[in-house]
Amino acid sequence: MVAVESPSEGSCLTLRGVGKRFPSFENAALQAPALESITLTVAAGELVSIVGPSGCGKSTLLRLIAGLDAATAGELHIGGDAITAPNAERGLVFQDPSLFPWLTVRRNIQSGLVARGVLHAKRHEVDEFIRLVGLEAFADSYPHHLSGGMAQRVALARVLINHPKVLLLDEPLGALDAFTRMRMQDEVLRLWLARGTTTLLVTHDIDEAIYMSDRILIMTPRPGRIERSIPVALARPRDRSSAEFLGLRGNILELLHFAGREPGGDPQPGKRN
Amino acid sequence: MSAASKLKILAALPVAASLALAVHLRVSGGESAAETHSYSLFLGGILGASLAAAAAHRAWRALGSWMREMCPILAAALLLLAIWEAVTSGFRWLPMPYFPSPAGVLQSLLDDRVLLLDSAWHSLALLLGGYALGVVTGLVTGVCIGWFALARYWGMPILKVVGPIPATAWIPLAMVVSPSAVFSAVGLIALAVWFPVTMLTVSGISNTRASFLDVARTLGAGRAYLIFRVAIPAAMPSVFIGLFMGLSASFLTLVVAETVGVKSGLGWYLSWAQGWAEYGKVYAALIIMAAFFSTIMTLLFKLRDRVLVWQKGTIKW
Repeated sequence: MVAVESPSEGSCLTLRGVGKRFPSFENAALQAPALESITLTVAAGELVSIVGPSGCGKSTLLRLIAGLDAATAGELHIGGDAITAPNAERGLVFQDPSLFPWLTVRRNIQSGLVARGVLHAKRHEVDEFIRLVGLEAFADSYPHHLSGGMAQRVALARVLINHPKVLLLDEPLGALDAFTRMRMQDEVLRLWLARGTTTLLVTHDIDEAIYMSDRILIMTPRPGRIERSIPVALARPRDRSSAEFLGLRGNILELLHFAGREPGGDPQPGKRN
Repeated sequence: MSAASKLKILAALPVAASLALAVHLRVSGGESAAETHSYSLFLGGILGASLAAAAAHRAWRALGSWMREMCPILAAALLLLAIWEAVTSGFRWLPMPYFPSPAGVLQSLLDDRVLLLDSAWHSLALLLGGYALGVVTGLVTGVCIGWFALARYWGMPILKVVGPIPATAWIPLAMVVSPSAVFSAVGLIALAVWFPVTMLTVSGISNTRASFLDVARTLGAGRAYLIFRVAIPAAMPSVFIGLFMGLSASFLTLVVAETVGVKSGLGWYLSWAQGWAEYGKVYAALIIMAAFFSTIMTLLFKLRDRVLVWQKGTIKW
């Protein structure tokens, strides 16, 4: 169910032997590379999740792809171009929506257009994106008036208005309550299906990963590396209680060495510390 | 609010005004009319106005709510005036001429109104000139030191060493170096303002949340956007603290500069009146200063409320 038939805005992302080592003189524990020989190809329009315990370098990997940090080894390419600096082609959404508190919802959403100097030409899209995330009534509110789910929708719209080729989501729904999170998962899927943006989703929620993605990458820490790549060949919309879903869930838990520890619940390996 | 307590609040002002008027008439019985005439008129006017307002408060809602808000504090002020008058011209507990009665102060205020207004005008020009200069340079140096590592390396030591010297300590040097007293006063006020504004701007800029900058970068922001549309807005709450500190420092420096060098302004008037031992005028100047400085402070508060309106709801406000 790769979104090949949808109007794809995404492009292919390739990482070859990417490593990241943070210089540290005081702390020997940090001497181990944060990431080591990450090789990865994400097809245009694919939605890939990354799961793994905290400290496995998931967020570091996203920052490298965003261009916010530089890799100490290997190459990163998007389409055919090397990634050297952050850029509107690769939008990033954090767990904390990080909306600019001094701007209204509308101005937050249009900030990408302002930053790129194209507000004048693309002003008509602002209303479209406010509608897209269903926040017409809050267009002139300041961020602190918004609930967590609404704020995260603004953060998504703020990134999507730039029509990024790759969307990087760093636990964007992690801070939301269970109900809002499930609604937002459908919302993100809807946006993704409509646009075919290549999407990398870091999450600590295995159900979320299975529910949403075409493929799940399992990462392990110290050094951070991709242990396995598991395709999710289930038709959308997915049923969270189907036998295939639960079977896949069991496999992944086993890979993360959590099988049997918490039979019914969500292990949330990311919340361990 | 019950009708009875509403009535009490509304009655507070006329009652206090009558009391002050009674004290005044009792005390000033023996003094010449010219000295105390204005003060009688002043208190009488307040009494009349408060009665009229109490009568009209039902018809005019805005006035009514303003009255409920202000009546207790205004009544308290009138009572203080009554006590002041009783203590000074009434019982003569305080030595003359250092503690004139409110009637005498009001008379000095009226007698010297032209000179006082002129002084206030000169002070305003000096203050605004120095403050504006200090704020502009403070913002520029603050943003530079806060943002650019090189500017921080070279600028921070200067800021840390030179900044804490009170601006007034430069007066001996300023008098030698500058071509005129007004010129040096503007420079000193600017210096007094520059330090807190720079310091708080630096702190605001350096405390910009990294995630704001990261997000902006991935939205396609260049350096100008990061500085002017992310770091500076994020620093604004801190910058305003600097602006307020700078304003207080500018008042202090203004008065000292006018007292020792500049031959005009409220500070000059103050020391001139003191020189003639006309303490009524000293108090008159203090009253004008209080009105003058608090007005400017209020304007800055209003500006802050406009610029930082987005903070409403996130902080106690």
